[in-house]
Amino acid sequence: MIERFQYDNRIVKNFMFATILWGVVGMLVGLTAALQMIVPDLNMASWFSFGRLRPLHTNAVIFAFVGNAIFAGGYYSLQRLLKTRMFSNALSAIHFWGWQLIIVAAAVTLPLGMTTGKEYAELEWPIDIAITLIWVVFGVNMFGTILKRRERHLYVAIWFFIGTWVTVAMLHIVNSIELPISLTKSYSWYAGVQDALVQWWYGHNAVAFFLTTPFLGLMYYFLPKAANRPIYSYKLSVIHFWSLIFLYIWAGPHHLLYSSLPNWAQSLGVVFSIMLIAPSWGGMLNGLLTLRGAWDRVREDPILKFFVVAVTCYGMATLEGPLLSLKSINAIAHFTDWIVAHVHIGGLGWNGLLTFGMIYWLVPRLYGTQLHSKRLANIHFWSATLGIIFYAVPLYFAGFFQSLMWKQFTPDGFLVYPNFLDTLLEIRSAYWLRAFGGTIYLIGALIMVYNVYRTVRAGRLVANEDAEAPAMEKLVVAKESGHWHRWVESRPIQMLIISLIVVGVGGILELIPTFLVKSNVPTISSVKPYTPLELHGRDIYVREGCYTCHSQMVRPFRSETERYGEYAKAGEFVYDHPFQWGSKRTGPDLLRVGGKYPDSWHYYHMLDPTTMSPGSLMPAYSHLFENSLDTSTTRAKIDAMITMGVPYDPEFPGVANVALTEQREALTASLHKDGIETYSDREIIALIAYLQRIGTDIKVKPLAETGPTR
Amino acid sequence: MLKFIKHHLDTINGIDVFPVTSFILFFGFFLCMLWWVRKVSSSHFQHMSELPLGEDPSPSENTTHAI
Repeated sequence: MIERFQYDNRIVKNFMFATILWGVVGMLVGLTAALQMIVPDLNMASWFSFGRLRPLHTNAVIFAFVGNAIFAGGYYSLQRLLKTRMFSNALSAIHFWGWQLIIVAAAVTLPLGMTTGKEYAELEWPIDIAITLIWVVFGVNMFGTILKRRERHLYVAIWFFIGTWVTVAMLHIVNSIELPISLTKSYSWYAGVQDALVQWWYGHNAVAFFLTTPFLGLMYYFLPKAANRPIYSYKLSVIHFWSLIFLYIWAGPHHLLYSSLPNWAQSLGVVFSIMLIAPSWGGMLNGLLTLRGAWDRVREDPILKFFVVAVTCYGMATLEGPLLSLKSINAIAHFTDWIVAHVHIGGLGWNGLLTFGMIYWLVPRLYGTQLHSKRLANIHFWSATLGIIFYAVPLYFAGFFQSLMWKQFTPDGFLVYPNFLDTLLEIRSAYWLRAFGGTIYLIGALIMVYNVYRTVRAGRLVANEDAEAPAMEKLVVAKESGHWHRWVESRPIQMLIISLIVVGVGGILELIPTFLVKSNVPTISSVKPYTPLELHGRDIYVREGCYTCHSQMVRPFRSETERYGEYAKAGEFVYDHPFQWGSKRTGPDLLRVGGKYPDSWHYYHMLDPTTMSPGSLMPAYSHLFENSLDTSTTRAKIDAMITMGVPYDPEFPGVANVALTEQREALTASLHKDGIETYSDREIIALIAYLQRIGTDIKVKPLAETGPTR
Repeated sequence: MLKFIKHHLDTINGIDVFPVTSFILFFGFFLCMLWWVRKVSSSHFQHMSELPLGEDPSPSENTTHAI
């Protein structure tokens, strides 16, 4: 029996416009941050400084731009592949408005310095909870739609959506376990090595299951649509799906090579990363070969051009990723702009271009008209492609050469560039070119905004699109030569459970041993908890996003121990909630900065970095000299630390502020000796206390312990 | 100092079971999948791969949307 129903295009339109809006905002913030790296004066206010805008850029692009694109394309394709309207209009609306509210909350809280300090998971706990709830709404809406479908078999794009949903839920919940001390501040439940492993298990798989698998779902739907031919090999797409989700989940530790993470975990991450080339390239070839015999149309059709370059960027990034996980290459590339170039091939190329192609495909269909200008779409294509090249190529050079400069020794065995800043200033021109590339890319996106606007003006939204399909017949359980996979692919709940098992097994096998390590991390007896003042200082360090430019991880290379000091040990970080190893060195590593300079050096340096390091590109932090430290939270902070197992004396929270006052008076007196008059209650005092403490514990001799009061 | 990072492997009992298990799991799973895709009829895959094309109007971007 033929049933009549209507597709909901309004929700697709809403998500599509949100994609465009947040895409432009995210790119604009990215461009601002890029310029701040070359013109420090652009760090105009505490809320407008690089350390706070960089998390805003990454979160906006990943969760707002790409996130809304996933939902726009997902809601469009799900309805048509399942031949039904979305399960609930109300849930669709809650999902849409809830997600936009989360984005607005992020856009307000991140510049205000409310952050957990874990990359791509910076949002504080109330927003984390909101994300979980909205994600569940999305899941219920998606599974409700799947359950009321009129097509028995689930097309491969839907598997990717299911795999995405279940894995993102798992990653987000596990990585966001944190102990709140107020509405706007929490501490990661994990510390040091464990925190690093969980974070990069999350961080890597955010790339895998937020930026990759849902977009592969979109590729498997929109590429055949645009090319008007079925996917090259459906068999290959089956292998692609299962092997990709199975392998990806293990690869996180390749972000922590040469760090204090146990060696076996690093090796496991490398092996699985290399194996990832196979399914990734299988998927890329599957996409490109879909166009076999239709390449002449690629010349004509801007949508296909966007798709071809997007899929090619996917192939490039997924070959480069495994290569970067080889330890010898990682030793050069890690902490440099090479990685920034790599992720932008993925972000601008794969996610950006696929999204643009999809938008150009959707707009005329949603509005029952033709695209306003194919020529403008072509101009957008070329500005985006050239933008990517201008963005990435200079950064590849910059990363490679800066790394070599870090490692270069004179014949006498001294560093050729003992001053880190010299290596940064050498690559400054590459930063200008990067900003130029980003500008061209952004201009292309603005051209798209105009093109979409004119198209929308010329048409009228087909809010409810009529469709018809036969009702789904009851499954006859005849002894069909039943295969397990065919059984699975027509049963979404089983699919969900098997996907969860596949990614769960990987996660558990990867994480559990490292949690067992907890009792096996060699305890370094001289490593003590932070004093209350240092803890406050550390929170300021996190708030200002210092980790976006400074690592705290000296790798066991001669070039690093020579430059910074003793390499990092796992046991040093046991009280670090959250860990602050960082992932990029725009400035030098800070693990051994404690005691390296006098207090007064830090005072002047934070007030105006160029006074201590002429030519420095670091922003000034004048607000730390004006704000007084909020000591009302001291007790809550120490209590939280005790709850998480940091061995403070049980009576200590009650007297913590006494210890804090003693230490800051002593520090103010030390500054006074160097001719600096300042109030002891300023935030800068706490930050200096923390900076002077970092990485000093392993130097302490047991008998001459000078540890602070605790 | 090296002892701080060198002995993680030795200090966890039965650590080798984790990498070995993961390898066996993956390859077992992978072999099953290869066996399955070879076994399934091509007409099923044909049907599956045509699902997105369906009854939609011609998707060329020059086409006016038809309901």
